[in-house]
Amino acid sequence: MKRMVEFIVNGEAREMAVDGCRSLLDALRDDVGLTGTKKGCDVGDCGACTVLVDGEPVNACLMLAVEAEGRSVETVEGLQPGVDRLHPLQDAFMRHGASQCGFCTPGILMMAKKLLDDNPSPTDEEIRFGLSGNICRCTGYTKIFDAIKSAAREMEAARP
Amino acid sequence: MRRFDYYRAETLEHASRLLTELGDDTFLFNGGTDLLVEIRERLRRVRNVVDIKQIPGLSDITYDETRGLTFGALVTVGRLENLSLVRQQYPNLRAALASLGSIQVRNRATVVGNICRASPSADTIPPLVADGAFVHIYSRTDMRVVPIAEFFTGPGKTVLAKGEIVTGITVPPAADNIGKAYLKHGRRKAMELSTVGVAVSLAMDEGVCSDVRIALGAVGATVLRAPQAEAMLRGSRLDAATVRKAADKAMEECTPISNVRASADYRRDMVGVLTGRAIRQALETFA
Ligand SMILES: Cc1cc2nc3c(=O)[nH]c(=O)nc-3n(C[C@@H](O)[C@@H](O)[C@H](O)COP(=O)(O)OP(=O)(O)OC[C@H]3O[C@@H](n4cnc5c(N)ncnc54)[C@H](O)[C@@H]3O)c2cc1C
Ligand code: FES
Ligand code: FES
Repeated sequence: MKRMVEFIVNGEAREMAVDGCRSLLDALRDDVGLTGTKKGCDVGDCGACTVLVDGEPVNACLMLAVEAEGRSVETVEGLQPGVDRLHPLQDAFMRHGASQCGFCTPGILMMAKKLLDDNPSPTDEEIRFGLSGNICRCTGYTKIFDAIKSAAREMEAARP
Repeated sequence: MRRFDYYRAETLEHASRLLTELGDDTFLFNGGTDLLVEIRERLRRVRNVVDIKQIPGLSDITYDETRGLTFGALVTVGRLENLSLVRQQYPNLRAALASLGSIQVRNRATVVGNICRASPSADTIPPLVADGAFVHIYSRTDMRVVPIAEFFTGPGKTVLAKGEIVTGITVPPAADNIGKAYLKHGRRKAMELSTVGVAVSLAMDEGVCSDVRIALGAVGATVLRAPQAEAMLRGSRLDAATVRKAADKAMEECTPISNVRASADYRRDMVGVLTGRAIRQALETFA
């Protein structure tokens, strides 16, 4: 039996009819057409599917689409502040080569955004703790941490 | 993904009725971090899930100096982890909460779900057992309160009867003379299930241990107490020799198995190491 779900994705109101057993991840990718959010494991281990729900990071694979009713969901597609403009994190990831195959990148960007929103200048330890649910099998993490620290400095400098 | 039907309960009574009326293979759906994984990995046959997250009154956290800390079934691991009260008064529970999965998982996983899944390696159980917590259980005919040590009947098994729902947990208050610790041992620091988990809560009166509970995780069919080790510590000044003897006794009292994470022998050795370490850490509260 399908249910109607009304929710907000990246600031835009949406409506969709979904099966009760459909994950938010599958709904975002296949029903809404936002394929930026990735499916790595489908069981909460890798963090590739990380999105923010009412501002809090969750694994979209471990949430049902019907639970998004009335909530606001942010995905990597909503990270850009405007057309042709990148979020400082996206810019820093490109400059530092923090993305190789790129599969982990959307999840890490969303997690890093939340981390910097809460804590504008995190220590190395805080970054590691914050990203412990995001697995990258390519980069060895060093460039990811460098990019996050660099973006943190730029965001701090840009603050009035 | 295996298909299942989704129901949203409005009240406890409604959820309980759905559990009995929808028949076998119907489960309560809380944070879903165990249930959805078990469905995807085909570890559990599920035909219906009953979401309890819209039921009012299950999200509260209260603290009272005589009763202690009470939190509802929907309270997430992450919410409790970030509470300064928990940080200050329940450092053992707080250590378990902060070690459970990732931030993303903790934002969804509940403590009540963690105990209801009744995994022998569940991280929140040892500190709750060591603190002597109580589980509040709803059924359509009455409410009952069960000491958490009596809640588990085997791996994945609890005293809950069909249609019963856990509404919350109460953890007795902290006091100046009580020290607590929880140590989790795994193969890596984060995103890891416990190979062994040891919780110790002890009370000191004029330099003498007046009460102590040791709870051992992942070394038995359920989280175990170590009653003989506890008896050796009670009435002592917790000098190094007594602590070492009690830690050795705890090794004898546990019943570990070998699995992919570690051998039974290794687990038993770690119970010895961690029990001694947890007692010393609990004592540091008074230093
Ligand atoms: C990637 C990952 C890492 C993890 N790491 C750890 C870890 O390090 N340590 C650890 O201990 N756990 C770990 N877990 C498991 C942990 O997330 C769960 O045990 C969680 O706490 C269960 O809570 P939930 O709300 O998600 O439960 P659910 O999955 O919704 O439910 C779990 C079970 O409890 C039942 N249930 C739920 N609520 C009630 C209720 N109110 N009354 C009666 N029955 C109820 C359900 O029917 C189900 O059988 C991990 C999980 C994942 C996905
Ligand atoms: S796809 Fe969700 S955590 Fe891996
Ligand atoms: S860049 Fe390939 S997984 Fe991280």
